Amino acid sequence: MDPQRKRKIRLVVALSTAVLLAVALIYTSFSASSEAKEPSELLGAAPGTSYEMTGRVVKGSIQREGNGIAFRVVDRDGSGQALPVTYTGTVPDPFRGGREIVLTGAMESGAFVGEPETLITKCPSKFTTKSDG
Amino acid sequence: MASLGSALLGLAFLAALAAGALALAGRKGDERLLTLSRRTVYAFSGLIIACVVIIESAFARDDFSFNIVTQHSSIETPSGYKLAAMWSSQEGSLLLWALVLSLAASAALWATRHKLRDLVPWATAVMMGVAATFTGLLLFVPDVDPFATLDSPPPDGIGLNPLLQHPSMMIHPPMLYSGYVAFTVPFAFAIGALVTHRLDAEWIRATRRFALIAWAFLGFGLLLGARWSYTELGWGGYWAWDPVENAALMPWLLGTAFLHSIMVQEKRGMLKVWNASLIVGTFSMALLGTFLVRSGVLQSIHAFGDNTVGPYILGLIGVVLVGSTALIVSRLDDLRSPKRIDSLASRESVFLVNNLLLVGMTAVIFWGTFFPLISELFTGEKASLAAPWFDRYTTPLAILLVVFTGIGPLLAWRRVSWESAKRVFRLPLAFAAVVTVVLVLFSDAESNLWALALFAFAAFALAGLAQEFWTGAAARRRLTGEPGAQALVGLVSRNRRRYGGYIVHIGIIVLLIGIAASSSFQTNRDVELKPGESTVVDGRTITYVKPTVAVDAEKFTFGSVLRIEEDGEVVGYVRPSRRFFRPTGQESGTIGSFFAGEATSEVGLRPGPWHDLWIAEQPNIADVQRGVRLADQGFEECVRGAPGTPQQCKALGALMRAAAANPSLRAQASSQIEQVQSGAAEQVAKSFLATTAASTFKVIVNPLVTWMWIGGIIALAGALIALWPTRGRRRGALVRTEADARKEAKYREIRDAELDHAAGKLSDEDFAALDAELREEAIEILDGVGNGNGNGAHPREPEKAERS
Repeated sequence: MDPQRKRKIRLVVALSTAVLLAVALIYTSFSASSEAKEPSELLGAAPGTSYEMTGRVVKGSIQREGNGIAFRVVDRDGSGQALPVTYTGTVPDPFRGGREIVLTGAMESGAFVGEPETLITKCPSKFTTKSDG
Repeated sequence: MASLGSALLGLAFLAALAAGALALAGRKGDERLLTLSRRTVYAFSGLIIACVVIIESAFARDDFSFNIVTQHSSIETPSGYKLAAMWSSQEGSLLLWALVLSLAASAALWATRHKLRDLVPWATAVMMGVAATFTGLLLFVPDVDPFATLDSPPPDGIGLNPLLQHPSMMIHPPMLYSGYVAFTVPFAFAIGALVTHRLDAEWIRATRRFALIAWAFLGFGLLLGARWSYTELGWGGYWAWDPVENAALMPWLLGTAFLHSIMVQEKRGMLKVWNASLIVGTFSMALLGTFLVRSGVLQSIHAFGDNTVGPYILGLIGVVLVGSTALIVSRLDDLRSPKRIDSLASRESVFLVNNLLLVGMTAVIFWGTFFPLISELFTGEKASLAAPWFDRYTTPLAILLVVFTGIGPLLAWRRVSWESAKRVFRLPLAFAAVVTVVLVLFSDAESNLWALALFAFAAFALAGLAQEFWTGAAARRRLTGEPGAQALVGLVSRNRRRYGGYIVHIGIIVLLIGIAASSSFQTNRDVELKPGESTVVDGRTITYVKPTVAVDAEKFTFGSVLRIEEDGEVVGYVRPSRRFFRPTGQESGTIGSFFAGEATSEVGLRPGPWHDLWIAEQPNIADVQRGVRLADQGFEECVRGAPGTPQQCKALGALMRAAAANPSLRAQASSQIEQVQSGAAEQVAKSFLATTAASTFKVIVNPLVTWMWIGGIIALAGALIALWPTRGRRRGALVRTEADARKEAKYREIRDAELDHAAGKLSDEDFAALDAELREEAIEILDGVGNGNGNGAHPREPEKAERS
């Protein structure tokens, strides 16, 4: 085959593959993502939908409940009404009152129920100059 | 001292600007100006080193008049961590950036002091431009002044968070930084090459080592971070697809692609646009990594808040991207190579595929990492992607990478005949088939087809690499008559780049086997056990033998002794525990304060070649905490003199009241309080030894995870071998001029072809053709040396028509 033409075919094949991959990427990312919400936005949210909640754990609200824990979270800036949360399983080391957490889960009868193994606690802010209390 | 530091930092900033300006002024080849510029860069290094020494000595002396020391260290901080505390601060880590950059720039300029006269000035200007940006941030942004002082220094500092007091945390940040920063060197030389139209492989030859060093540092930093997460964080994982982890992985992947594709430019003069774009991408990703850590734009467990320097770094990324893209586009005509890839069955075309896979993987990770921003842009809602989404794409890409890692080394450059391909592929394919059959028959690997595919292709790749070493050593034995082992050592040490690279491949494949096995076949259980109870996890009987307690001035440690039995036999004991710290920097106070600070898990780990048994404990300390509250209450009532308190208590209460009025008694009072309190604390904590409450244990059985760490270390060793200077150079026969370097490179290519021929990878016919071509090219270069223009500014590209 004419080498010029061969190169063209190769280029078209490579580009179409890339476009297909990109479309798949975009499609799955919009369908697989969970919306990020703050606790105050979740209080009235519909049950059943999966959300990624980012909030601050209320100090002194953590309690053991059976195999898991129950606690309350407020918005990251510390404002808003507190949202009750339950979580089953072990928690990461840095988890404690006052820390920011990211948790995936859904609302169930007025409380946010976290999926196991999705609790992320922000590392103690090593780089901030303010003490984080 | 602080004002001296500020002055030195100011001088360093001026030195960076001056070095860049001098280099540009001397760009037409003014020897005096260029030498002066180079020495100014050395001076810049000296000044930054002095700044770091001042800061570090302040940490060592506990000089709390330095704000940075007060915020990140304390008298009790162990001395090793005091020195590492510098880079736990934002200003300290920027200073570390400047330090590493200054050293890398000095080393690069020293190594090129006799060559590349035309492009070095531009490279100097780029490196010093970046250096001036970072030094300028430290100097002019008030929040990140490393020499900020406190008017009234406190007696003690805040201290370093106990979670960060881990050996790998001392070296993890500087490793990552060194990786990020060292990519500045190849980037700067690429810009120099583009500006001066010197688009042959000289800039690559001059900076290849820096790219490899950067890659190795970055990889080691990632590995240390994973290890820290696995052993310290108490969640049992080593990778979470967290934005900041991704930010370090992306430049590493692009750097991997770059290290491969530059070989194609070196040997064949092709892929020039690609290489220039890759290094621009790699450097931008490195800056982006620095930016993400600083900015808090994305939700991450690593986003460290302060927003002050973020916008500036973003600006720098913008300048780098726009400037470089414009430069590459304007040089497109020069960058086009007259050559074409001869055949799809050649090493260069495998390199191309491997590059596409690595860039594709980076694109996937980039998209996933920045998806919250993308989604907010289109839907108005911040939405994020979790680990399963990343796994879905990176798993097949990683498997394909292993496939091509297996194929690449088996193919020769330029073209491979069907006959020789059959010969070299036979054994690895057979081995992969045997391994697959064995795995299907004797393990449950087929329950996860992705993992099974990875194991099969890994077997193929490893067998191919083993065959490379074997046939290479055999060929050398025939050529030199050395005995087997010596021939192998000789083979590796004479061809360090090639076989060092193969060792890196072995390491990465072993690492991927560890990742695939431990992520696909992990058993992960949360169990509740009371003392004396047992449970069975994955065939192991785990018995909670007894609780343990340790108390010291800064923490309570509650843990347990667990007995592990396999097949009815005791194989060992594991001792997980959880530490409860007082708030950082506090060593006295109520007993309750022990629960006011950080808590960390000390994982009970039983590593093994086949399985790791990983156990973290969440001790049930409800009873202890109740006891603590009662004790604190009791102490308070006692010193207040409530009725019925013991005499000793009343005396202490009286002493405390006296001390409130008379400062000279305070020391005596607080030492007595501490005595009483520490005794009580110990007593309360010890009550845990008699607990009958159930603690929660997270038990993970991780197959083959040890091989992840071993693979990482093998890869690092391979990189070191590839970096090590060859013997001739060390004897002092330094490759001084470009013509010499080009000659050396061509000789190496001829040697490579001879080896491939002797090893059976090239047929006689192919070898004869290739050898003739290479010799002709070598003669051209030698002619150039003879005419004295080999050192000139004109790109000398052998423009021979290639067969296609």
